[in-house]
Amino acid sequence: MRHTISVLVENKFGVLARVAGLFSGRGFNISSLAVGETMDPAVSRMTIVVDDQGSPRIMEQVEKQLNKLINVIKIQEFSRGESVDRELILAKVKTTSATRSEILEIAQIFRARVIDVSPSALVLEVTGADDKIKALLNLLARYGVKELVRTGKVAIARG
Amino acid sequence: MKGAKILLEGLVKEGVEVIFGYPGGAVIDIFDEFHNYPIKFILTRHEQGAAHAADGYARASGKTGVCIATSRPGGTNLVTGIATAYMDSVPMVALTGQVPTAMIGNDAFQEADIVGITRPITKHNYLVTDVDDLPGVIKEAFHIASSGRPGPVLIDIPKDVQQADTKRPYPKKAEIAGYKPVYQGHPRQIKNLAEAIAAARKPVLYVGGGAVASGASAELRKLVEKTSIPVTTTLMALGVFPETSPLSLGMLGMHGTQYANFAIMDSDLIIAAGARFDDRITGKISEFAPHARIAHIDIDPTSLKKNVRVDVPVVGDVRLVLKELNKIVKPGKCGPWLKQIRSWKKEFPLAYRDTGLIPPQYVIEQVYKATGGDAIICTEVGQNQMWTAQFYPFTEPRTFLSSGGLGTMGYGFPAAIGAQFAFPDRTVIDIAGDGSIQMNIQELTTAVVNKLPVKVVILNNGYLGMVRQWQELFYKKRYAGTILEGNPDFVKLAEAYGAMGIRVEEKKGVLPALKKALKHPGPVVLDFKVAGEENVYPMVPAGANIRQMISGMA
Ligand SMILES: Cc1ncc(C[n+]2csc(CCOP(=O)(O)OP(=O)(O)O)c2C)c(N)n1
Ligand SMILES: [Mg+2]
Repeated sequence: MRHTISVLVENKFGVLARVAGLFSGRGFNISSLAVGETMDPAVSRMTIVVDDQGSPRIMEQVEKQLNKLINVIKIQEFSRGESVDRELILAKVKTTSATRSEILEIAQIFRARVIDVSPSALVLEVTGADDKIKALLNLLARYGVKELVRTGKVAIARG
Repeated sequence: MKGAKILLEGLVKEGVEVIFGYPGGAVIDIFDEFHNYPIKFILTRHEQGAAHAADGYARASGKTGVCIATSRPGGTNLVTGIATAYMDSVPMVALTGQVPTAMIGNDAFQEADIVGITRPITKHNYLVTDVDDLPGVIKEAFHIASSGRPGPVLIDIPKDVQQADTKRPYPKKAEIAGYKPVYQGHPRQIKNLAEAIAAARKPVLYVGGGAVASGASAELRKLVEKTSIPVTTTLMALGVFPETSPLSLGMLGMHGTQYANFAIMDSDLIIAAGARFDDRITGKISEFAPHARIAHIDIDPTSLKKNVRVDVPVVGDVRLVLKELNKIVKPGKCGPWLKQIRSWKKEFPLAYRDTGLIPPQYVIEQVYKATGGDAIICTEVGQNQMWTAQFYPFTEPRTFLSSGGLGTMGYGFPAAIGAQFAFPDRTVIDIAGDGSIQMNIQELTTAVVNKLPVKVVILNNGYLGMVRQWQELFYKKRYAGTILEGNPDFVKLAEAYGAMGIRVEEKKGVLPALKKALKHPGPVVLDFKVAGEENVYPMVPAGANIRQMISGMA
């Protein structure tokens, strides 16, 4: 199962390595990670997405271990529905004169923005939740996505 | 004030009396300040010795141990000692010098990312890049090392930071946003525990190192007085409850007593206190204590539900939790259970063979006899460690110092030196294997130079005995790499270092030799030629449940 964990940490060097070390030390792959300062520049927030590889008990351990890190101030695990989340992606899609208008139409439906155009490619910027991004990428796959860059998911609690 | 000076200032304020270490270019500024402060510096002959000595000092006294080493090779030599302390939750502050900040990351001479190297084996660590941070870091380091679940903290200080000036005073308090250990147990959880005890018919207390760390020995004894619940301890907690008591089951687990393991397997309530259900304790986890409810008291929430399900969790300091529990606890009806336990103890006592050669277990018994049990006993790792745990009845906490979690050969002797600095007037003995003692034998110099009366009891079996035992039992006796041919003459070796050496080859010589050694005011190495192929029994083979013990006496 996929877990989204939001971690408030002290904004200091080495903190990322400590957090990452907890996952790597247990053979967990971090599928995405986004870090940025909060309103308080001394504090950063990390949004971490991981797969528990079928063992919820290990996931519980990881969370406890995260809490134990001195530089970690607070952690929250979001289960479905408790949070809203978004990811931003940049996708470089192969185009020909024949496919360009189709791709632009798809982009419009997904409210993606075109941020670069060349004779053989378009760069699309799109923001959304998992499902939307997955759907878009599925549609674009048949034209050929030459490059894909993602920010990783950021999540915030509702309310 | 210079960085090096504020460091020493801080150490004095934290109550540090002794530092174990080894110098080098990257810490020369700190060493220079030793002249100006009332802290004893002890030069060990290897940085690993310094780390273990600081650890032994800490385990014996409960205070935070301090060690220091220079950059790269100095720091890496500390690593085993830091990892040993980490695995056994020992409060320690390790200081390392580092190349100047401008050179960090350039592969400078003797640079090593010691903070990166020690990240997984410290409770926390610091690279100080600005001298203004140094006072706060030192304060935090001591606070973190000694509070909550204790552990080692490393501070890496670049040379230019040691030399730079700061106006920051040494802080009075450490304020760390993300670090607030929970000490008080939740009253509801404690009440649940009391109810579980009142309802239990076959309860057992399973007590670990956390009980020692929190100073819970007196509360534990009180709890047992009130409830008559029998007590088994892990290696880390030997002595927290007197093993001379009829309610003591001794140690449990792989080389525990049969009656402790039987009691655990048959119990209907296990009260774990400051223990972590290590695999050496539980054996085959799916068959562990099938009928028992499990209550677990621990200050570290990560210890709970890690390896076993927990029915009654109590997060908190063991001593404080037991103190609250003792106010409300009522005994359950466990008369028949206690009768059962008495009969197991009678039927399955610890025992050993007497083959004419000196039985190693006999030597341990004689150490107890010679000291009257009033000693701090350190061990190395292997059979020597297990026999000590089995055949020396510990009655007080912090009198058995041994590397449990990491199992570090070479720990015991430097740890004994550290313990002797904490208690100059007590008898301190390292019970060693002929293999392990060679891993930090250089510390004989430290003992001799400082006139420490530390005694080393070598159970010289000519083998890396514990590994040999496994080869004998599970690898068809194909001994590979476990025969210690070419052992030195330990008596001459001791003498070469300026210590006393005594060799004993007959059983009747054991007690007199020990008595002679204890009378001698300096360090003594006792070389006991013991039966070579003796095994540690009983034993739970790997993968078996803990009832399935090989007794070896048949
Ligand atoms: C540093 C280190 N290396 C290897 C081991 C693996 N090991 C565990 S016990 C043991 C044998 C110890 O031999 P000795 O000190 O002679 O003790 P004995 O078992 O014979 O009493 C070994 C090699 C270890 N625990 N620590
Ligand atoms: Mg040996």
